[in-house]
Amino acid sequence: MIRATLAGIGVAVATAPLGCFVVWRRMAYFGDATAHAAVLGVALSLVLQISIFAGVLAVALLMALTVTFLAGRGYTMDTLLGVLAHSALAFGLVAVSFLSGVRIDLMAYLLGDILAVSRGDLMVIWSGAALVAALIGWRWSPLLTATLNRELAHASGFDPRREQLVLTLSLAITVAVAIKVVGILLIAAMLIIPAAAARNLSRTPETMAFIAALIGGLSAVAGLRAAYILDTPAGPSIVCFAAILFAGFSLTGWHSQRSP
Amino acid sequence: MSLIAIENLSVNYGARTVLNTVSLTVEPGEIVTIVGPNGSGKTSLLRAIIGATEPAAGRITRKPGLRIGYVPQRLHIDPTLPITVERFMRLTDAVDRENCSAALNTAGVPDLPKRQMSQLSGGQFQRVLLARALVNRPEILLLDEPTQGLDQPGSAAFYRRIDGVRRDTGCAVLMISHELHVVMSASDRVICLNGHICCEGTPAVVTSAPEYQALFGTGTGGALALYRHDHDHDHYHHHPQDQKSAR
Repeated sequence: MIRATLAGIGVAVATAPLGCFVVWRRMAYFGDATAHAAVLGVALSLVLQISIFAGVLAVALLMALTVTFLAGRGYTMDTLLGVLAHSALAFGLVAVSFLSGVRIDLMAYLLGDILAVSRGDLMVIWSGAALVAALIGWRWSPLLTATLNRELAHASGFDPRREQLVLTLSLAITVAVAIKVVGILLIAAMLIIPAAAARNLSRTPETMAFIAALIGGLSAVAGLRAAYILDTPAGPSIVCFAAILFAGFSLTGWHSQRSP
Repeated sequence: MSLIAIENLSVNYGARTVLNTVSLTVEPGEIVTIVGPNGSGKTSLLRAIIGATEPAAGRITRKPGLRIGYVPQRLHIDPTLPITVERFMRLTDAVDRENCSAALNTAGVPDLPKRQMSQLSGGQFQRVLLARALVNRPEILLLDEPTQGLDQPGSAAFYRRIDGVRRDTGCAVLMISHELHVVMSASDRVICLNGHICCEGTPAVVTSAPEYQALFGTGTGGALALYRHDHDHDHYHHHPQDQKSAR
């Protein structure tokens, strides 16, 4: 239980700042696509007998790079993501069907299995989360500038494409480490919901990332607790809790904006 | 030494050449305005100067260590991104409170630091963009049609402010403008661009150049014709007489 809680908080640390950029840059579907690609990653790792983490990381990264490369070459972003995400998902599911005896395993990856997190998993999750947080912290200012205006980033000596790559890389790492905790289906939720919930409570980008981390961490703790008491699946319970916080904060935010 | 020296710059988008052997320099403290019809490569030129577009040929030399203040044409802030004016001012440079309020003062928006960027009016927003560009005490300001979306008095006031900034800080200004009447009064030098440099010089020289008149019409010396230009952006390519007969 303690390991599970620590794993959940670790994921929240990575998803909060990254999720803010996903929301600001309107990349919500991008997170989804990368997560769907993870199914293919899981299948390939089982076939090749390599670690799930490595397989998912590789495929998620490949997916994210392909999307970034193809974007703006004739198809709009949402069409591209739709094609790639669902193709990856379909190929992944077909690939898995060739393997005998992994059906149950796959459910664990779709929905996450936070209660089965081992000490080794915890190490992977926290190193990945720390890496993502460090990467985004290090590139924070250029990333923010490039998010606001590409020309402004150029004029300040940053290359927006490089910053996009930083985000892409972080997204792939996050998907790979979060898969055990909330599962493929709900990774995007952990990216977007805490960040969205933090929006109305924040006046600057930094506070938004910080509050998103608090909301994500709180959801992990409370969701796990609820899952334990009510005997519900852990990953979805965490996301439900985040969603309830989002609803609460956006209602209050709406209220305060209406009556200033 | 020139702040920026451009020699025989060419820029292509795919197979299309948008800029062809353009050469120009900007000297310290001068206001240079680039005018030209839509698609004449004005924005491409500015993009090449800030390094956002790779030149196909030619060379752009900046004075070593040149401090550039860039004011983008449009800046869209997604509603999900909370940011105060104060925070926006520190976007790319570490700035102390004093410099920040000095720059806001110069730009004419001294009392906004705590406001959310999303709550500003168009004119305030534009002035905050200018303030942000001023905050690292630039040697040159680059402005890409900075008054888009402002009404006429608003943009006239904005250009007067630019002139004031130049007077106070001595920085050079290179800007793109659609608004010919302002260009004529506020610039030391005007460059008329249409894929290549058609003509350049003081406003008086440029307005009387045949190349300029072919692009913008002959009537630009008179106030009435100027006034019409402000409301007929689509008709830039035509002769004022043609416009009259077209109606």
